[in-house]
Amino acid sequence: MSDLINVIIFLGLLALGYFSGTYFEQQHYKSIKKREKKTLYVPTVTFGAKQAMPEARDAALFAGSVVIGADYFKTFVSYLRNLVGGRVVVYESLLDRGRREALLRMKEQAIAWGATQVVNVRLESSNIGQQAGSNKGMMAIEVIAYGTGVK
Amino acid sequence: MILTTLEGVPGQEIVEHFGLVQGSTIRAKHVGKDIMASFKNIIGGELKGYTELLQEARKEAVERMVSQADRLGANAVVNVRFATSSVAQGAAELFAYGTAVRVK
Repeated sequence: MSDLINVIIFLGLLALGYFSGTYFEQQHYKSIKKREKKTLYVPTVTFGAKQAMPEARDAALFAGSVVIGADYFKTFVSYLRNLVGGRVVVYESLLDRGRREALLRMKEQAIAWGATQVVNVRLESSNIGQQAGSNKGMMAIEVIAYGTGVK
Repeated sequence: MILTTLEGVPGQEIVEHFGLVQGSTIRAKHVGKDIMASFKNIIGGELKGYTELLQEARKEAVERMVSQADRLGANAVVNVRFATSSVAQGAAELFAYGTAVRVK
C-alpha cells in the first residue's frame, strides 16, 4: 500500500513538473522573443578589447544575471539520459533561456542608461546548487552576462 | 569611478597604471530561500531568491574592488571580469577583478 502511495506521489510530481515546467518555458520564450525584438536596435558584440576604442563620450559596466533551476520532469529525464548517454535536450533549452534572459537584463539596463552599443560582452555560467562532482543537492545554475555600454 | 570591460575608457586616455585590483565576497544562502528553491526545482522557473542574493553579493564585490582602486588613487577600472564559484555546499564566492588606471 505504501509503495503504491509512493508511486502515485512520484507520478504526481512528474506530471506537475512536466505541465508547469512546459507552461513556464513557453511563457518565458514568449517574453524573451518579445523583448529581444524590442532591444534589437542596440547592437551587442563580443569584441571590443583588441580593437581601437569605440567613439563614445561615456562608458559604464552593466551586468545581468539569472539563477535557473530545473523542474522535476527535466531532472528525471536527465537521470534517464545519464544511463544511455547523448544529448540532454531538456537542459539545453533551460540554459538557452537563462543565457538569453541574462543578456536581455544586461541590455535593458544599458538601454535605460542610454547606451547606443554594448561592447565586449562576456558570458559566464556556474553551478551554485551542488558541490562539484557530486549529484547531491538541487540544480541551480547562475548565468551572468556583462559588458561595457557606450554612448 | 568608471568601470569598463574594455582595455581603456572610450574618449579618454590612460595616463597611469596601478595594477590589479580585486574584490570578492562569499555568501551563504539562508534556509528559507533554500526551501523555496527546492520547491521551485519541482515546478521549474527562475530561482528569484538566489538571483537577488547573488546580484547583491556581486555589487558588494564590485564595491570592494572600487574602494581598493580608490585607495590607489585611480579613477577608472578597466578590463573588469567576473567569476562565480561554489566553494562549499550552500555557499558561493563572487569575485570581480580588473586593472586600476587613471584616465584623462
